[in-house]
Amino acid sequence: MRASRVSHTSVMLLAWTVALVVFFPIAWTVLTSFKTESSAIDASAMLHFQPTLSSYSEVFDRAQYVDYAINSLIVSVGATLLVAILAVPCAYSMAFHPARSTRGLLLWMLSTKMLPPVGVLMPMYILFRSMGLLDTRIGLILMDTLMNLPLAVWMLFTFFKEIPRDILEAGRMDGARVTDEIRHLLLPLALPGLASTSLLSLIFCWNEAFWSLTLTSSSAAPLAAFIASFSSPEGLFFAKLSAASTLAFAPILVLGWLGQRRLVRGLTFGAVK
Amino acid sequence: MATLQLQNVCKRYGAVDVIRDLSLDIADGEFIVFVGPSGCGKSTLIRMIAGLEEINSGALLIEGQRMNEVGPADRGLAMVFQSYALYPHMSVRENMSFALRLARVPRAERDRKVAEVARILHLEPHLDHKPGQLSGGQRQRVAIGRAIVRNPRIFLFDEPLSNLDAALRGQMRGELARLHEEIDATMIYVTHDQVEAMTMADRIVVLQAGRIEQVGTPLEIYRHPVNLFVAGFMGSPPMNQLPGQIVDCSNAGVRVELAGHVAVAIAATSRAVKMNDAVILGVRPEGLRLDPAGSLAGTIHLVERLGSISLIHVDLDQGSRVIAQVGATEDVRSRQRVTLTIEPVHCHVFDQTGRALMSLS
Repeated sequence: MRASRVSHTSVMLLAWTVALVVFFPIAWTVLTSFKTESSAIDASAMLHFQPTLSSYSEVFDRAQYVDYAINSLIVSVGATLLVAILAVPCAYSMAFHPARSTRGLLLWMLSTKMLPPVGVLMPMYILFRSMGLLDTRIGLILMDTLMNLPLAVWMLFTFFKEIPRDILEAGRMDGARVTDEIRHLLLPLALPGLASTSLLSLIFCWNEAFWSLTLTSSSAAPLAAFIASFSSPEGLFFAKLSAASTLAFAPILVLGWLGQRRLVRGLTFGAVK
Repeated sequence: MATLQLQNVCKRYGAVDVIRDLSLDIADGEFIVFVGPSGCGKSTLIRMIAGLEEINSGALLIEGQRMNEVGPADRGLAMVFQSYALYPHMSVRENMSFALRLARVPRAERDRKVAEVARILHLEPHLDHKPGQLSGGQRQRVAIGRAIVRNPRIFLFDEPLSNLDAALRGQMRGELARLHEEIDATMIYVTHDQVEAMTMADRIVVLQAGRIEQVGTPLEIYRHPVNLFVAGFMGSPPMNQLPGQIVDCSNAGVRVELAGHVAVAIAATSRAVKMNDAVILGVRPEGLRLDPAGSLAGTIHLVERLGSISLIHVDLDQGSRVIAQVGATEDVRSRQRVTLTIEPVHCHVFDQTGRALMSLS
């Protein structure tokens, strides 16, 4: 009894420590964004400072936050929609009409995620340039789709696998064609899975920085580029940089927080019954 | 309402033959039960009829028309699954009208049909409930309702009662039999439960290892099993099997001598056997009677009191073990010495290959 309480307490402590370590940079960024530049580098003013919105107003004055945000929104939502449109039929065929190669194909898809993106930087850049996709939203949507498709197929595959075959067969007896089966049976039944997959894809797209910075410059630049524009040329203006960062991650943080129940369920699906 | 023919159908999974060259004619309005041990291919067979499994060779005809290449929905069949397979996100009403919705039946007609079926199956109070809110028996009725609404030519049932408790199973058996009378449709029913087979079937098809062992009415199968497999599989408790030897063959029948010099004369054709052939004498528990002057002596090692009757398990002195059915009031106890008499009319003789000798009675 006592042993279990001790282990319970230590697990709680560990969880809190991890949570605080993860949360610290975010909290620090948000706090710093409300400071003046001088108090931002003053270690004694870590928590005691006069909050100000000056950094925010300066950030808004100097850069078109809304333009960047719209790009982020269009690219993330667009890529997520495209991912869903491609991943649903793909996972459907793998889950319900598996071939001998299905397992291998799934593993191969996942293995592409292990490749460091910088490894294909040159060919991708040249491809994008010759297809005229550099600095276009379409280009970035395609790139984000490619990045998130393997994970989405995997997640939907596991969700679909959980749906009893009998239900789909009953649908087939009732006269459902493949499209009816997907629309009336599979998607409603896998809705929680589809929602968490989409949410995760949305978060990954929003946070994606490597390709955003490489493949866009101005007209299609998302919020990652917005933050970057405040880091390099300006030197160490922590308060402004923090304000820009906060503006960039706030929307997705709120979305993630609202959907965390879904997200946890989605990520642990199949692991626990 | 339809006839169905299976002509030399085969099903293979890789190198495994699941259904081997099987042929069967099912008449219009018949209630056919496929019965057999697990793995005998009965579920595969019903799924082949449904169109959920491909037929490797042979033909499936419904109303004389070849159906091998026709999709499940266009065969005019409805199937009730073992797991019910209800659509969990739809209400009972939506579950039952789904097929009609897909077939673009106008809403008013859909509602009318669903209401009618709900009335037959006493589901009216539950029409707006989701399957998760229903009990097992109610779910089963929804699954049956979903099949009836489509007004199919043939109903297929794949072990529909196996998830229900014993009391409910008995009740649903009655309801299915009543339903069959009411709508007079052809029904094909798969089960491993011989009570279901015996009580509901017009004809029973006994399957083993992908082959038909015997087709017949329940009483035919019970009274005249064609081989040892059917004799052992149908009937609970199973038929007693005693090794013996032919000691006399004549036009009137055969005489079988069991170990311990007990001889029984049986009116069965002697064409397939000759003198001194080893045979198996099969006798149902009700064919063994307690008799102080009986020729089979032994010791009771177990008494099962079922209320209306009792079953006694007897270790015979000659080495075999048999189960006999006795009256409930009979005073029998474990370790009691008893003697039994075999009623020749309840006996069957099986030759060395397990085939039954045809009865002369």
